Amino acid sequence: MGSKIDIRNIDWLLVVCYLLLVFIGWMNIYSAVYTEENPSIFDTTQRYGMQFIWIVSSMVISIFILFVINARSYSVLSFIIYMFVTLLLFLVIFLGKEVNGSKSWFALGPISFQPAEVSKISTSLFLSYIMSKFSFKLKSLNGVLSTALVLVIPMLLIILEKETGSALVYCGFLFVLYREGMTGAFLLFGIFAILLFVVTLAISPLVSIIIITLLFGVMGGILNRNLIFYSAVTILLCVILALLPQLYNIHFIGENIANLDVEYLALIIIIPSSIFLLIKSLKRRVQNIKFLYLSFLCSVFLVFSVEFFFQNVLQPHQKARIENLLGIQEDLKGAGYNVHQSKIAIGSGGFFGKGFLEGTQTKYNFVPEQSTDFIFCTIGEEWGFMGSVFIIMLYVFLISRILILAERHKEKFVRIYGYCVASCFFMHVFINIGMTIGVVPVIGIPLPFLSYGGSSLWSFTILLFIFLRLEADKGR
Amino acid sequence: MNKKNILIVGLLIVGLILIIQLFNLQILNEEYKITADNNAYKYVTRYPARGLILDRNNNILVGNKTTYDIMITPAEVKKFDTLDFCRIFNLDTADVKQKLKDYRKNRRKIGFQTITFIKLVSSEEYSVFAEKAYRFPGFSAIPRTSRSYPFNAGANLFGYIAEADTAYLRKSSSYKRGDYVGVTGLEYSYEHLLKGEKGYNIYLRDVHNRVHSSFAEGEYDVDAVPGLDIISTIDGNLQQYGELLMTNKVGSIVALEPSTGEILTLVSSPGINIDKLANINKYYQEILTDPYKPMFNRAVMSPYPPGSVFKLVNGLIGLQEGVLIPDTKYPCSNGFPYGNRKLGCHAHPSPLDLTHSIMMSCNAYYCYVFKNILDNKKYKNISESYDHWREMVMSFGFGRKLGTDFPSELSGSLPTSSYYNRIHGFNRWKALSVISLSIGQGELGTTPLHLANLAATIANRGFYYIPHLVKASENNQIDPKYKEKQFTLVDTTHFSKVVEGMWLAVNSPPGSGATASRSAVKGLDICGKTGTAQNPHGKDNSVFICFAPKDNPKIAIAVYLENAGFGATWAAPIATLMVEKYLTGEITREDLETRIMDGNTMINVPVKRKVNGK
Repeated sequence: MGSKIDIRNIDWLLVVCYLLLVFIGWMNIYSAVYTEENPSIFDTTQRYGMQFIWIVSSMVISIFILFVINARSYSVLSFIIYMFVTLLLFLVIFLGKEVNGSKSWFALGPISFQPAEVSKISTSLFLSYIMSKFSFKLKSLNGVLSTALVLVIPMLLIILEKETGSALVYCGFLFVLYREGMTGAFLLFGIFAILLFVVTLAISPLVSIIIITLLFGVMGGILNRNLIFYSAVTILLCVILALLPQLYNIHFIGENIANLDVEYLALIIIIPSSIFLLIKSLKRRVQNIKFLYLSFLCSVFLVFSVEFFFQNVLQPHQKARIENLLGIQEDLKGAGYNVHQSKIAIGSGGFFGKGFLEGTQTKYNFVPEQSTDFIFCTIGEEWGFMGSVFIIMLYVFLISRILILAERHKEKFVRIYGYCVASCFFMHVFINIGMTIGVVPVIGIPLPFLSYGGSSLWSFTILLFIFLRLEADKGR
Repeated sequence: MNKKNILIVGLLIVGLILIIQLFNLQILNEEYKITADNNAYKYVTRYPARGLILDRNNNILVGNKTTYDIMITPAEVKKFDTLDFCRIFNLDTADVKQKLKDYRKNRRKIGFQTITFIKLVSSEEYSVFAEKAYRFPGFSAIPRTSRSYPFNAGANLFGYIAEADTAYLRKSSSYKRGDYVGVTGLEYSYEHLLKGEKGYNIYLRDVHNRVHSSFAEGEYDVDAVPGLDIISTIDGNLQQYGELLMTNKVGSIVALEPSTGEILTLVSSPGINIDKLANINKYYQEILTDPYKPMFNRAVMSPYPPGSVFKLVNGLIGLQEGVLIPDTKYPCSNGFPYGNRKLGCHAHPSPLDLTHSIMMSCNAYYCYVFKNILDNKKYKNISESYDHWREMVMSFGFGRKLGTDFPSELSGSLPTSSYYNRIHGFNRWKALSVISLSIGQGELGTTPLHLANLAATIANRGFYYIPHLVKASENNQIDPKYKEKQFTLVDTTHFSKVVEGMWLAVNSPPGSGATASRSAVKGLDICGKTGTAQNPHGKDNSVFICFAPKDNPKIAIAVYLENAGFGATWAAPIATLMVEKYLTGEITREDLETRIMDGNTMINVPVKRKVNGK
């Protein structure tokens, strides 16, 4: 590794992909805030003019990163950078100016700057540094603690700044840990937990319990190599659970249990029967049965904690956004307004879209935040299904290309850093686009390279180009 | 599979989920496309011209004229010469300034909306405004049509249109605030034909309601469809003439064509001045507080005692019941004594048969007839015979709504036997207790329309068509019931004697005792019957019904004047002048015409003047 870079080693595919996205973003910001009074795309009184300045400055930064800064310095300086950014994250809580209820911006004269954006870079670098150390073992207590600490400190600070959306991006680092040795069961369990959360809120806790029973019953059957018996017992249990609500209709029983929620009745049935099955399996010394049972208990606990978490941990607007997404509460003028207008804009685009500058929904300010968090609406409306799919494919290409390059690289530091970058991009893209089309609750984070804003464009550019620079040093 | 590939597969799956949702939103789901249209397009209504109301000879009775609404977009108003502006429209400067101040106060709420500033500006005022419009930024004019009335007649008949109120809007969803809707009369009953279909122009707008441009150069704009015309049965000239005759008189004229039931004229006097009708909002208070109640359509709403005219009905019922032989003569000694009382009559030869009793309108004669009807041994008791009589009266249309296409028709009154049972005790009454019914007094309430219908029924010798105001035309099918003959319960054979009496009443030489001989017109063969109905409030009411000519009648008419005195003095001349006008087109009795037109019976009408509010 050294200060000199061989231009031939730079992955130009990624650079082209980057330029394409930045250009598309600029054009769509132009279209989103276009007014007839200010038709020039370079007019710096308008957001599209400003974005041009951000783009140019990003180019300067990227050239600087590629050709000037010594690639070695990143791993060496990662600790200092990390500590510095953490300090900023901490200070902004007290010194930051309040924007939309969150205190995450430093205002330096006309320029605002969000440490949370930069912390993605610093955390990625420092995480890569720690995990690439020769002595590091993820499965050791030391390894678990240090990785957890590196990730949780900035995450907590960001939550304190009330930037929950940015904090959520940190969940993406789980993919990095997965690649570096964490068992996939954690990821699966995470997905399962989200599923249970949704089912519990949108349908009912009882349905969640039935799903858990079914899933773990069958898995128990597989582990016991006695699928038929376990399936039969499981199905019997599920039928009993499904019939539980009927008890309330029986006169003399219903009166006595009227104050008891049905999911507690379900507990009375599944806990004894699961313990019975556990003991049976333990006697046969079945492999992994304790782990399975623990997961089972965790799942059941999760179901019962959903209500508490939802009512006491989440803030009212977050609750409203989730309720809106799950269709529990439709409030098209309030919490649901953004998403509804955004879906209208995207939906009205049809297959081919309305054409550049022809969008009626985004241009006439029906969609709020149309040049920042909801920039995807403009694409959906003006470029239609074709354009939207193209953008998604571009991101999928970008992310998987980073993964492939990272995986191919011999340096552990570069590989881990590449995974960090890919995870960050993935979280941003999935949450942002998902939010505009109503598959993810409204979480205000920008779409990489497309959303308006210097802070986010710079940090994504830096994130990507550090990787490009590191990657260009092919295993020397 | 290594972990990198698992992650890439996961990434592809997530990408696919997003694409599936996009496919759902952008291609499968139609709802969002429709909502987008509502969001971004501003639909500016194009108002249709309301359908015309024509008379039976295709003269325009109710037409349209272009007026303008002056609109204001407060957000775009800049300083302007208020004085000049007010001069154009004859406005009070202080008022306008106050209004502008209010807009400023509510500017956040109003935003970029355009609202109506002045309504119903005439095209003359508009042209002055249009010339100077550049000096008044934020003001604009949109054309509306309002009603015009080429004939100065028929205001009560046509009814008026006004902006739909909240209650109406709640009932009918196709109307929007600011739309005009028929409130009374024909405008109300034929709203569905007259209103037409609104169109719209589409403009693009933004979330602040600012209009940007016409959408697709008007390609998708929809033109307004004008309302359909309706042809009324009214004869415009006759209607106008009738209203002229009724100047300074309180009462009604109803003229029918007996062979169809079509209403030729329907005058309620005093009516609303046609000039005020087009801009009713402005005059509404004034009309409402007028002591003569011009909004009240007497012709179809006012229940009057019919007076002697009703003798025709009793005579016919007597004939049908077989208790009256046309040649039977009854004596009259200036009245009909019963108990220690007497129902008075005027001086005339005595005794009289049926025909002459009609000609001279003998009261006593009909007391005998009515007593015979109610004392008929055929019936068990007074209640039964009375109810039978009542049923026959009702077959002439009395005591119920005739079922015209006119919205405000009332049924009048015709008591049942239970009414008298309540007063006198069950069956403890007899014919003499209700003897005033024999001469059309007492508890009877008939509208002038009922009486005109009676004239038409006799003209047709036993049947009538339900009177109606609108003719069938290509736009408009009328209810088939208007084409059905409505027979009374009296056989058609009995009518000729009555007709004979009515002919004599008009066409007998003066001095013969005929009640309306002064109203005869040579060659027209008018058959008529006078009535002088007692009015508890002042002078008697003057009543006359007639039809002409005697054979194959073309017109049947009823005239009812409040507090005017003898039927022969006012009602009969008016009715026969109308007949003359309708049948010949000219008036031979100019002196009579002048006397009637100049005459004022209104001064006899006692009115309770209301203290004007405020």
